[in-house]
Amino acid sequence: MASISALSPSVPAPAPAPAGLTRDQLLELYYYMVLTRTLEERLVALYRQARVYGGLFRSLGQEADAVGSAYALDRAQGDVLSPLIRNLGSLLVHGTQPVEVLRQYLATGDSLTRGRDLNIHVGDVGRGFIGQISHLGDLVPVMAGVTLSFKLRRQSRVGLVYVGDGATSTGAFHEGLNFAAVQRCPLVVIVENNGYAYSTPTARQTAAKSFVDKAAGYGVAGGCADGNDVLAVYEVTKEAVDRARRGGGVTLIELVTYRRKGHAEHDSQSYVPAGEIERWATENDPLQRYATRLTQSLGVEPSELTGLEARVRDEIDRATDAAEQSPPPDPSDALVGVHADPPAAPLLWYRRGLRG
Amino acid sequence: MAETTYLEAIRDGLAEEMERDPSVLCLGEDIGAYGGAFKVTEGLLGRFGPDRVIDTPISETGFVGAAAGAAHMGLRPVCEMQFIDFISCAYSILTNYVATVRYRAFLPCPMVVRGPSGGYVRGGPFHSQNPEAAFLHTPGLKIVYPATPADAKGLLKAAIRDDDCVLFFEHKYLYRRIKGTVPAGDYAVPIGQARVARDGRDLSIITYAATVWKALEAAEELEREDGLSVEVLDLRSLLPLDDAAIVATVKKTNRVLIVHEDTMTGGIAGEITARINELAFEWLDAPVRRVAAHDVPLPAAPGLEDFVLPQTADIVAAARWLAAY
Repeated sequence: MASISALSPSVPAPAPAPAGLTRDQLLELYYYMVLTRTLEERLVALYRQARVYGGLFRSLGQEADAVGSAYALDRAQGDVLSPLIRNLGSLLVHGTQPVEVLRQYLATGDSLTRGRDLNIHVGDVGRGFIGQISHLGDLVPVMAGVTLSFKLRRQSRVGLVYVGDGATSTGAFHEGLNFAAVQRCPLVVIVENNGYAYSTPTARQTAAKSFVDKAAGYGVAGGCADGNDVLAVYEVTKEAVDRARRGGGVTLIELVTYRRKGHAEHDSQSYVPAGEIERWATENDPLQRYATRLTQSLGVEPSELTGLEARVRDEIDRATDAAEQSPPPDPSDALVGVHADPPAAPLLWYRRGLRG
Repeated sequence: MAETTYLEAIRDGLAEEMERDPSVLCLGEDIGAYGGAFKVTEGLLGRFGPDRVIDTPISETGFVGAAAGAAHMGLRPVCEMQFIDFISCAYSILTNYVATVRYRAFLPCPMVVRGPSGGYVRGGPFHSQNPEAAFLHTPGLKIVYPATPADAKGLLKAAIRDDDCVLFFEHKYLYRRIKGTVPAGDYAVPIGQARVARDGRDLSIITYAATVWKALEAAEELEREDGLSVEVLDLRSLLPLDDAAIVATVKKTNRVLIVHEDTMTGGIAGEITARINELAFEWLDAPVRRVAAHDVPLPAAPGLEDFVLPQTADIVAAARWLAAY
């Protein structure tokens, strides 16, 4: 059967791919957004079965900002990213497998932290990610140092660190950003403004009109984008990454989005004005917006997207099956590796057997 | 062998390590052209250049965090606290991030945080602190606090070569007052090993840093005036503590006085007392006693500071009490 374009020669050729991305890359962005959401939905199911340890922190409605920004990094060049709790999508883009994420939440012995820490507090310099800790803002100075090493060694590598609107209030954020600015480190700092830090709305977090206004105060470049438009996120981040790579120093980016779930699954969101969540869900869902754009403006068939979604569900099923086979940690491993030397902490006397 | 001051020994150790290993670099406030508040890093900028001697903004969290990030990538940063009193500004990132990162994320974090510590210098509440005990309680850190030039240089080299974070306390009272010979050539003093600073039979004084010298003075006086043979154990490393050396001196003299310049409550002497109780209780002929600073912020005026801090006469009096028990 002839193609539609062959039957209708008057149909204009497709416009150049937006943001300089190929058709495959555009679909890959959608894949990672669907992967993030589907994986989180699976985690919710496991959480409700009381099989998840610790909290479960959703990025529902924010998938575009994590995926679009991480997509602007170049793993082949050794770029390093530091994901915050709601940036699961960035880790997936950067090569972390769903089964690894599931093992983390299930606290298995073969998880990336061997059951020592939870959720996506994971780090692997070789694979280009350095996890955050619960003390918000701390990874800004740490990533300043990571990227300082790139600068000192004349490497063309770039670092990216995420903070939330809440973490911009910390001293660590200020000290780290200022240090990186003075040193002109190749660092991109993304402020993910999702409206709430736990229950505290942005208006009680800062008196600044917008977070990107702070860039001028640090003497760094600033950028701002609609965090629910994955291509806009990619473009603003790509510009910052390119600037950093050519020696232009730090960029502070604000991505405006909305946190549709609570701080974690236990959070009732009683503090959210009525109708607000529903409005974002119906009018500004990043996956829905991007799917519409792909099918209406970028020549992707709806069936391609539904096929992709089915493949992702299958992928998550297989990952869950694999993670469920993983054993819990061996308790004695708890004493291993506090230091390089000595290799293990001593067993305390009352566990060694008591003598008279 | 030439005599060198405690301060010069630290500077020499730093310079030799920077010479030996191009991944070693220094971060801190006013450490470059100015050479640091006490001139420990004087000359290093000219010798190693601004990429390896980096003046930072006033931001202890910022540059300690940056040191950790650089350490993850294979560098070996040495951070200077202008005064160790300011290490409290980096307490959170040191205890929560740096101390845990190997255990929970398997990331290497070889770095040193060093700085002028301690009193007897009329520095007042914010330029005289001994905050070592605040970090003793944090798994993942190591702490050293040398008393002699030889140990200052050798322990600094060991700290820089260690694959984890080491807090290196330097006593500013000793910087230019204490001179000593330093072994020729390259050497390191192993972390975790105490040193017998004076042999004795009747009583042991366990101490570290500036009070090693006060304990040695006291021991001289006790021998001269009382005929007492006093052993002085210089801990050198506080985390880990050298349990074997502590137990050995207890078994030798059966009477123990623990002396430190830090305040009494929650000080390291309490931990050492507990260990002696657990490991060598039956060897004691007297209760373990402590001489430490009074539990007040350290005041500046000479009369006040001298009153608060342990003095040689206090050690002598306490040792006499213990010997007579």
